[in-house]
Amino acid sequence: MGEGTAAAVAAKTAPEVELTGAEMVVRALKDHGVQHIFGYPGGAVLPIYDALFQDNELVHVLVRHEQGAVHAAEGYARSTGKPGVVLVTSGPGATNSVTGLTDALMDSVPLVVITGQVATHLIGNDAFQECDTIGITRPCTKHNWLVRDVRDLARVIHEAFYIATTGRPGPVVVDIPKDVQFKKAPYVAPEHITHRTYKPRLEADPEAIKSAVRMMAAAKRPVFYTGGGIINSGPEASKLLRELVHLTGFPITSTLMGLGAFPASDKQWLGPIGMHGTYEANLCANRCDLLIALGSRFDDRVTGRVDAFSPGSKKIHLDIDPSQINKNIRIDLPIVADAAHALRAMIKVWTEERLSADPALPAWWKQIEQWRGKNSLSYKNSAKLIKPQHAIDRLYALTRGRETYITTEVGQHQMWAMQRFKFEEPNHWMTSGGLGTMGYGLPAAVGVQMAHPKALVIDIAGEASVQMTLQEMSTAVQYDLPIKIFILNNEYMGMVRQWQQLLHGGRYSHSYSEALPDFVKLAEAYGAVGLRAEKPDELDAKIQEMISVNRPVLFDVRVDPHENCYPMIPSGAAHDEMILSDSEEEPEVSEEGKMMV
Amino acid sequence: MGMIVKDTRIESHTIVITVDNEPGVLARVVGLFAGRGYNIESLTVAETEKAAHTSRITVVTSGTPAVIEQIKAQLGRLVPVHRVVDITTEKPGIEREMALVKVAGTGEKRVEAMRVSQVFRAKALDTTHSSFVFEITGSPSKIDAYVELMRPLGLVEVSRTGVAAISRGAEAM
Repeated sequence: MGEGTAAAVAAKTAPEVELTGAEMVVRALKDHGVQHIFGYPGGAVLPIYDALFQDNELVHVLVRHEQGAVHAAEGYARSTGKPGVVLVTSGPGATNSVTGLTDALMDSVPLVVITGQVATHLIGNDAFQECDTIGITRPCTKHNWLVRDVRDLARVIHEAFYIATTGRPGPVVVDIPKDVQFKKAPYVAPEHITHRTYKPRLEADPEAIKSAVRMMAAAKRPVFYTGGGIINSGPEASKLLRELVHLTGFPITSTLMGLGAFPASDKQWLGPIGMHGTYEANLCANRCDLLIALGSRFDDRVTGRVDAFSPGSKKIHLDIDPSQINKNIRIDLPIVADAAHALRAMIKVWTEERLSADPALPAWWKQIEQWRGKNSLSYKNSAKLIKPQHAIDRLYALTRGRETYITTEVGQHQMWAMQRFKFEEPNHWMTSGGLGTMGYGLPAAVGVQMAHPKALVIDIAGEASVQMTLQEMSTAVQYDLPIKIFILNNEYMGMVRQWQQLLHGGRYSHSYSEALPDFVKLAEAYGAVGLRAEKPDELDAKIQEMISVNRPVLFDVRVDPHENCYPMIPSGAAHDEMILSDSEEEPEVSEEGKMMV
Repeated sequence: MGMIVKDTRIESHTIVITVDNEPGVLARVVGLFAGRGYNIESLTVAETEKAAHTSRITVVTSGTPAVIEQIKAQLGRLVPVHRVVDITTEKPGIEREMALVKVAGTGEKRVEAMRVSQVFRAKALDTTHSSFVFEITGSPSKIDAYVELMRPLGLVEVSRTGVAAISRGAEAM
């Protein structure tokens, strides 16, 4: 997200205009190009809501719970590349936003969250709806501010946008006491924003780029391992990535967060890496002699056992955040830079030095084809029960060619969606990766649909996750957002059940979803459309109906309750110790492995 | 190449952090250490440049070389942080700590406490017929040694400032 900020901060000079703090908030948001905000009113933000009432441009989306507001803003941000904006009140409004803030911090989503606070003279008095918002949100934001003086307010909001959107993006909180919202001061327009201490580095060290490219040309078994950093850098980075991958002819895999940066239909695409990644992607990482990590962070869901991760390779790591280098895995060549800048420089060196891949590359591809032959995503379909994999395959087939955005909740359905839905473009896949927040997908879909009113927005959900933020159906109905909630209903917290089967002797402690609501009636109660499919032969028609109806839909897809998600690298195992299906022996999981989440 | 050879030596490092002196900045630094499970052996904070509105935080921490590198990188991510300098490795420097040490006793122990304090160049700040408060300045290990010697001589309590550090030579850090 290196570029574009300067434009967003284009100055509108308004000398000596006195505004109230509340008016300043509205004015500053508009000066930063904000069109939509997600929020929920309350006592400590009433002046700002009053200013919104008198404004005709900003569109405010009233959610049903503040967590929903933050996830909606995340979906909005990830599908547009613009910052998501949230407005909530003090106390519970702020604490309810904490899950979303942490989610956005883990997944590097740019958010500006404005919280009301009790009046400055009441701070520290245990006042009604008071909480230490700055203290509570300090570890779950990129930065936060309590604005005690209205003269600082405009500057702080400009700084907030700058910090949220540049470098490694992330959520920020601006906490504004109620009296500050009433007080007046001259409005300071955003001009070219610089910061005394915060100066993200965009350009790569040219020597590091040269070394990296030469290592690439010399590699016999190279693989690209890319992540969300490519998407956060902007669409240009995805274009450049495609160019570099095609120039070199190397295989490429990606993390959960990086899907769409490289087209899944491309021959060089290996599928995702990690615990539920493909056999070929994980074996490539395991056996390669050069691992080129671009905007990915060696998360434990990717590496498996760290001391067995890619044991024979040199490792190049490009990241805009220096703290990611050498955090989990020892890196041979670090490059601290924005992805687009570094990729452009790599392409330049590769072309100018007329480099080509090592002659050993075809042999590497031959090996990869053998691994591909395992067909690690295959499953046994059924004529009687809807297999969850089949449901996603049909959803993909029937939505192809449309402008489709996918959000997910967290669990088995998320992993199946990652494995089976083919993403061709960045910013079309919104999922909670780092924090693993059940309840993310439905409100995220609200945000995505708000940003893309004509697009098809589908939340691939589980029946357990979706109940965590189901109240946002009401938001979707209110704003005529025709989001589609595609529930793979297996009556279990499926991933919990799977782990209990594999690691805890089949003792299914509290993972059965008893007393499920009737999702069809529930949809109708909300004023949405309810659908249900119980047999494979009714699936296609119902999916078609879901797509064609221009209203929010809750689609209860009754799937095989006992299906497990494979392939899988058991906790504490190495990439070449994958299990591919139930038919294999139960995995041996070490005591150390069981400790891992 | 390949397998990580884990360096598990625990090293003690003195890290000097220059920060904008804004509300909550210390909480950010301390919260980072607590949240990520890093050690703080000592911590010293004060505003050092009033005009520039900056403070200096000196942290003595310990960990494996990899953890020390992470600590420095994570500190560097905090928005109000200007600079992070590892006095132990990057810029050879001088470290000093001050302690106030209260000793109570009479007779031979009292005389011995006085003698030891002379050897350590500790200064008596408060004297009664049965007690002393000494001020001692030096490296943390010197203060440790002094306190240990005082223990059998009637040590009552110790107040330590934590480490202040600066680089050697003509230049600023």
